[in-house]
Amino acid sequence: MADLKITDLHKYYGSTHVVKGVDLEIPAGEFTVLVGQSGCGKSTLLRTIAGLEDANQGSIEIGGQRVNDLPPRDRDIAMVFQNYALYPYMTVFENIAFGLRARRTPRAGIEPKVQRAARMLAIDHLLERFPRQLSGGQLQRVAIGRAVVRNARLYLFDEPLSNLDAQLRDEMRGEIKRLHQDLGKTMIYVTHDQIEAMTMADRIVLLRDGRIEQQGAPLELYERPATRYVAGFLGSPAMNFVPASLTAAGNALVVRTRDGTELALPPTRAETMAAHAGRPVVLGVRPEHMSRGGAGEARAGIVRHTVTIDLLQPTGARTYATFRLGDAPVVAELQAHDVSQPGERIELAFDMNRVVLIDPDSELVIAG
Amino acid sequence: MRSATRHRIKLALRLAAASAITLFFVFPIYWLFMISFKTADEIYSYPPTWWPGQIQFNSYAVLFKDGDATTVWNSFVVASASTVIAMFLGTLCAYAIARFRTGGDHLANWIISQRMVPPIAVVFPIFLLYVWLKLVDTYIGLILLYTAFNLPYVIWMMRGYILDIPRALEESALVDGCTRWQVLWKVVFPMCRAGLFATAIFTFVFAWNDFIFALVLTRTEVTTYTVQVTHYFGGQSNFWAKISAMSVLGTVPIFIIVGFMQRYLVRGMSLGAIKG
Repeated sequence: MADLKITDLHKYYGSTHVVKGVDLEIPAGEFTVLVGQSGCGKSTLLRTIAGLEDANQGSIEIGGQRVNDLPPRDRDIAMVFQNYALYPYMTVFENIAFGLRARRTPRAGIEPKVQRAARMLAIDHLLERFPRQLSGGQLQRVAIGRAVVRNARLYLFDEPLSNLDAQLRDEMRGEIKRLHQDLGKTMIYVTHDQIEAMTMADRIVLLRDGRIEQQGAPLELYERPATRYVAGFLGSPAMNFVPASLTAAGNALVVRTRDGTELALPPTRAETMAAHAGRPVVLGVRPEHMSRGGAGEARAGIVRHTVTIDLLQPTGARTYATFRLGDAPVVAELQAHDVSQPGERIELAFDMNRVVLIDPDSELVIAG
Repeated sequence: MRSATRHRIKLALRLAAASAITLFFVFPIYWLFMISFKTADEIYSYPPTWWPGQIQFNSYAVLFKDGDATTVWNSFVVASASTVIAMFLGTLCAYAIARFRTGGDHLANWIISQRMVPPIAVVFPIFLLYVWLKLVDTYIGLILLYTAFNLPYVIWMMRGYILDIPRALEESALVDGCTRWQVLWKVVFPMCRAGLFATAIFTFVFAWNDFIFALVLTRTEVTTYTVQVTHYFGGQSNFWAKISAMSVLGTVPIFIIVGFMQRYLVRGMSLGAIKG
């Protein structure tokens, strides 16, 4: 049974329509990430699920029960807030125990539960401290402890890592994911960071302007985006978009960019896309789907094209090389030593099996 | 001049200035206390005696014997009761205005404008009203009036303190299982404790120091000490010993309260100062 079912949810702030008809079902035990740019309504959606905001229309069911009219405390949820929301006048122990006390857990039951949660998060040595004596990472652990100490049906995370520095964020990301694996609870996690979404989620729900743009497993969204927006949102560096047209050349279909470069589609894709021949398209190609072609590689769909590199950005393991294709800048992710200096002309192998073609009018990815 | 010497002179000047200013402000209080300990002869002696020849408490003994000292108790009763009521109601109002936007954007401004009304302008209409309601010369009457006068102040101040509390702290408590009332008790009050104390002190002091309302609205039963002091100003002569002793009785409780609450007072005032 779905732990959370949202049907046609709308939320207005005054006359601003923030959530514009969201339908969502989240199965028990799943880690779902709501991701999108700021202002897309993801936090509002989460807060509406929590009951901190009232839904203007639509229904929210938690564990099969409609909760629209229930106050937050009766929704069987636990929530972690962006700014930790710890009480400065209470010790770490009391902060973690707060929810248990509020729900009148028998006194004897509190201590072991707090201890267990604290051990799980490696903060058991901090229980007697006050929040002001802790570092940002420790504060976030305590905030998570406050949530996991309770046996809630639904765990909500509202951008919990956005106040941490990069290294700590990577670390906590892993910990939250491990926590989910250990507890097996249904978790909904809001972030604007696509890397957090990709690395943590069982399922990503990508929101745009108050609506769900696409949802699915991370790799599913990454490899088969439904729209240009999704294709561009996930992945770093982002997918390259090159204006082009789809042209029939005998039995084959080629993507022709504005400088006349022709990149042929593999026969299987040519068949399914034949209907689009003669139309303008946007070629979407991910940086890692171009490589310094090895001489022997001749798989179907691998197309070679010589380009002039005009910018190099080595990251250590990989090097980002920028060149122009048509009139668009394109970033390719190459091996560290594939290119030695800007201005170099190299032959790149484009994996045309993996590129996406987008209809420039509807911005939808063309299937096939 | 060597810089160390210059530094020392600067410090000395500063200390001298600070001492002079302190002396200037403390002297009237010192004089008040001294008069209350003096004999009648000493009070009128010229040149004045700076320190009484012999500390004596006769003036106080008289006040207690005549029952005049109970006016301090009256002041205490009306000031504390109105403070408690105004703090309770005012904080709830402030919470509603701050968190639920009750009354929209301008209710808070409208409320504080009520505080600007000069007491003298309303005291006689209120007197007539109180005659009709039979509230003249009763505890209830004064308590109601002080509560009404202090409410706008409490609402305005507490609204500021509440707005300073991060909303997430309350939301987190709501999710964790608290009702709104529990949120108030467990989160809002502890978070603005300094503000609560600071506001309560000012509220208490307003009622404690009030003269005009008490003068018009009391007769004999609940006369407050401020009114009682004026009874010692006679047509022929002034009873300086009683005046000073009664004034001391009225001052000491405030000293004690502020002494205990100083910690909160300073923090509370600076807390409110951060957010305008």
